[in-house]
Amino acid sequence: MSASPSDLTLGRRDFLKSSLLAGGGLLIGVSLSGCAKPAAVGVGGSPVAWLHIGGDNSITVLIDKSEMGQGVYTSLPMLIADELDVPLSKVNVEFAPAGQAFINVFLGTQITGGSTSIREAWTKLRNAGAAARAMLVGAAADAWKVDPAQIKVADGTLTGPSGQSATFGQMAEAASKREIPKDAKPKENNALSIVGKPTPRLDTPHKVDGTAEYGIDVKLPGMKYAALAQSPVLGGSVRSVDSSAAEKMPGVIKVVKVGSGVAVVADHYWQAHVARDALKITWDAGSNAHLSTASMRAGLSSAKGAPLTARKDGAGAAALKSGKKSVSATYELPLRAHATMEPMNCTADARADGCDIYVGTQIQQIAQLTAGAAAGVPADKVGVHTTMLGGGFGRRLEVDFIPAAVEASKAVGAPVKLIWTREDDFTHDAYGPPAHNSATASLDAEGNPVAVHLNIVSPSITARMFPPVVAKPGTVDPFMVEAAANFLYDSANVQVDVLRHEIGINVGYLRSVSHQLNAFMVESFMDELAHTASKDPFEYRRALLSKQPRARRVLEEVAQRANWGKAASGTHQGIAVMEGYGTYLAAVADIVMVDGKAKVSKITCAVDCGHMVNPSIVESQIVGGMVFGLPQALWSEVTLEGGQVHQTNFDSYRVVRMNDVPAFDVHLIESTEAPGGIGEPSVALVAPAIANALFAATGKRVRDLPLAKSGLV
Amino acid sequence: MTQLKINGQVLDTDASPDTPLLWVLRDHLGMTGTKFGCGKSLCGACTVHVDGAAIRSCVTPVENVVGKEIRTIEGLSKDRSHPVQRAWMALDVPQCGYCQSGQIMSATALLERNPNPTDADIDSAMAGNICRCGTYPRIRAAIHHAADLMKGGAK
Repeated sequence: MSASPSDLTLGRRDFLKSSLLAGGGLLIGVSLSGCAKPAAVGVGGSPVAWLHIGGDNSITVLIDKSEMGQGVYTSLPMLIADELDVPLSKVNVEFAPAGQAFINVFLGTQITGGSTSIREAWTKLRNAGAAARAMLVGAAADAWKVDPAQIKVADGTLTGPSGQSATFGQMAEAASKREIPKDAKPKENNALSIVGKPTPRLDTPHKVDGTAEYGIDVKLPGMKYAALAQSPVLGGSVRSVDSSAAEKMPGVIKVVKVGSGVAVVADHYWQAHVARDALKITWDAGSNAHLSTASMRAGLSSAKGAPLTARKDGAGAAALKSGKKSVSATYELPLRAHATMEPMNCTADARADGCDIYVGTQIQQIAQLTAGAAAGVPADKVGVHTTMLGGGFGRRLEVDFIPAAVEASKAVGAPVKLIWTREDDFTHDAYGPPAHNSATASLDAEGNPVAVHLNIVSPSITARMFPPVVAKPGTVDPFMVEAAANFLYDSANVQVDVLRHEIGINVGYLRSVSHQLNAFMVESFMDELAHTASKDPFEYRRALLSKQPRARRVLEEVAQRANWGKAASGTHQGIAVMEGYGTYLAAVADIVMVDGKAKVSKITCAVDCGHMVNPSIVESQIVGGMVFGLPQALWSEVTLEGGQVHQTNFDSYRVVRMNDVPAFDVHLIESTEAPGGIGEPSVALVAPAIANALFAATGKRVRDLPLAKSGLV
Repeated sequence: MTQLKINGQVLDTDASPDTPLLWVLRDHLGMTGTKFGCGKSLCGACTVHVDGAAIRSCVTPVENVVGKEIRTIEGLSKDRSHPVQRAWMALDVPQCGYCQSGQIMSATALLERNPNPTDADIDSAMAGNICRCGTYPRIRAAIHHAADLMKGGAK
């Protein structure tokens, strides 16, 4: 959802708390009170700070979001540094632990996802920075007996009217004893000096010399390594295991039956890996023994039941017969893998009195609960140590790789690092969900839609991961109707229906979530309507965006930048526009046909994501999102037979490589609107833009992803 | 006991001779800059240099590199001063960063044998290194920038 769904929202009233640290210093925490119960269960609740100014003049920002490439390690501290008027280089950054204080107010638990990091921090962290600054100024004003308005702040230093001077550190203790000011306002937008400027990432130096620490790099004293055997059939379980051969192999310490399979623990990883292959396991295939891609698709296309209506304008679908001409189309999308570069792993130290986990996770509180359950200790005895994430994309919202590490650690009485292989990763993902989406429109004599009906059939991720969100009968899963319920175009009658159809295996949030599924439908369908109306696809859209100035603006911008309609001979163009996560963006894909196959030569994108914090990171996320969306448009599909996934590694699941990358031309539009999300939306624009270009090139409308199945790419 | 020459140092390991170099580096010697990505020489995250050539350490048994000069990301420079590292920082290439050690090692090997690579040369040399964050355009630009730095051109 672009806006925060009300069911998920805790409330926006952030209450700042300050307290004096033992060592002397100003510590500002945020706590939430007077709010609705979180949608997902949380634990903890200690008042944890995310800004600490030490007596030694150190400034530390704890970031409550995981760094998975999207840049929070840089952009969140920028928000606070600007309010404090300290150079970003003087700010230390640490990852926050699990705790109530760090609940994502958009999503109800501690989550890095939904392209919410900046949207959430924009107010929260700037308010905190402003409060801290006011307290420091207040302390200095009292000490110097001057009016706070006479005190200047620059470069981390407070200066009084008669030349008095103090560092933040010198005023930190006095400041921490003050009441949190209720009227401390963040700077006006035009006074921001760090926010809005392209700024080098703080994590880059550690990512060019190999010192950035990911979960897989964690090393604890006495640590052992584990490899895990899991049921080849998704959802299957261990019937029996003969580990006698494996146990005799070099370095093997123990073979441990765990909830998710059988773990081999050894002195070194490779020993565990090799011994895993010596296990003789009989699996119980469970209920998915006959699941195949064909049966899954048939199930989705024939799904019966009463859909829920996510939006109804005017008479909705009842008006579908009121126009002159009817157009219908069905779009199908496959299962897709996350394929983060860092395979799933977790290091656990389970003890009788508690447990620590060291893990790249996007969901600290759920990780904490999960580890606690596996260790047999209360969740508040579990320390969650978030590392850098070697890719997230929603995969690390799952906690399926955590319990086995904890169970293995408990079994051997030592810290254990458990690492999945790439094959484990591909064959045991929580896959991006498939969908069977239908669109119908009734056009008037001019070809404009008098009625539009969108019908989404797909499994619900939210029902598994956050059941309270959709527990009330009749509740639409907001993460199934993105880029559809917000249908942007003029039409008096709009209806968006959604039918949940489960497929027997876990599906998970995958970067851009249902935007990817629904934007392909909506933006392909709008192209079909334009062609039915014999109108230019850009002009047709533009005319129908009369109530959507921001969408219209990016559409016009991208058409101009991409030379829409004036492409070189042999180049064919397709256009698409959408709103997602509060960001408006439009793309034009240029393709050329070589021997009957399309090659994507260029993608032009115009983006209005509201006020930008770090335009350099915005640009990289927009490009990165399109690179992520490209293989999903062209090639990527996870297929099953007998409940087993065919794709096992990067040879059978094709992703984009250097030689596949088209030219990108990204235009960021200056805006003072509230910040929108940038990590995900561009993923979803790629497939419809390319499919529309493919139609322009060949006259063939491909409605089934990936496009390679058509033989045209 | 196997003796290896890594980043100019002689190091001993008790890993069995068929252990992939990757896991010897990471587990036995504590050099975790080199990453595990696929285990099948398909993604390039584990790229290191052996006698100056970029190889995939995940499929290279350690016994095959005895007596050879091994260079890892840790050996590129002590202070991020290698031109490729400087170029990577100048263009702020990494996102999640997990693949970047491998990208940098492949790019370095390319530039050492071809100081002036074309885009086609880059496509060919870098196609074995996957980046899921999509940093490819900045990697390409950074390789060109590093080539300039190595020639003493751009700052």
